[in-house]
Amino acid sequence: MPDLPRKKVGLISCSGEELAEGTVTRRAVRKVLETLRPDDTVTLCLPLFLAGGEGERAFARHYPTIAVDGCDKRCAALATEKYSARPAASVVVTEVAKESGCGAIGTARRLDGSGMRLADAVAEKIVEETDRLLKRKSRSAGPASGREKP
Amino acid sequence: MSGPRRKIPVVPCSGIGKSLGAAAREAAYVLAEDLRPDRTKIVALSLLVMGDEEARREVAAGEAVAIDGCKLECAAKGLACSGAAHVHKIAVFDVVRRHRGLKPEGVCDLNEDGMKLARATADDAAKIVDELAGEDGHA
Repeated sequence: MPDLPRKKVGLISCSGEELAEGTVTRRAVRKVLETLRPDDTVTLCLPLFLAGGEGERAFARHYPTIAVDGCDKRCAALATEKYSARPAASVVVTEVAKESGCGAIGTARRLDGSGMRLADAVAEKIVEETDRLLKRKSRSAGPASGREKP
Repeated sequence: MSGPRRKIPVVPCSGIGKSLGAAAREAAYVLAEDLRPDRTKIVALSLLVMGDEEARREVAAGEAVAIDGCKLECAAKGLACSGAAHVHKIAVFDVVRRHRGLKPEGVCDLNEDGMKLARATADDAAKIVDELAGEDGHA
């Protein structure tokens, strides 16, 4: 086992280029990585599992991961499990959309306002799972500065 | 007698960490939606990675275009592993070398240079598509 300096959560989005929901996964994951939990998360590139990205595979074997999928084909979750280890959590955009009563969200190329809001909702779900995996008390999905004391 | 033309599958990089990956993806949209909508079709790399049967059928035993953001060439490898007969590679990192003034930035939202890079990449891909159409007698 390599020396692991700090526990982080790996985020793997399907990024499905055919569907608007795939674009939602990418936008949500980037928001968590850049704004909401930048110190606690990294992104893993799904195709690299297939292309032989040993760093990606090793990370997912030793760290918890969250698969973020656009549809119920769950490519990110299944591919992660196939090439590395079962994800610790799974978020599916179509399920979040159903829960929130979200309708049309734009296209894969350009999300509309509803799609942007859905991406925000998915990002909040990812934050909830990240905090759970890192065993933190649930916080609002605000920027990760001002961390709570244990 | 001729059947309906088979659209050429276009598979862009799914990279989520770099602007060149985002440019690859945007280039695929420019190609398949703006430049050659009747000749090309985007196939999601994640489906190929997972081995989705329908996606594999789309690419099996035919010509395909891979648009990759980095030298790891995940899209090209994904197509090759999925049974594509001939993978035509477009590398955004090569295109950017020919357009040195461009400074692409952003992943979810590419800046103006990133969009220009995507357009230049799509133009290269369209040339390949046109050549393939000529070979098929569909020019």
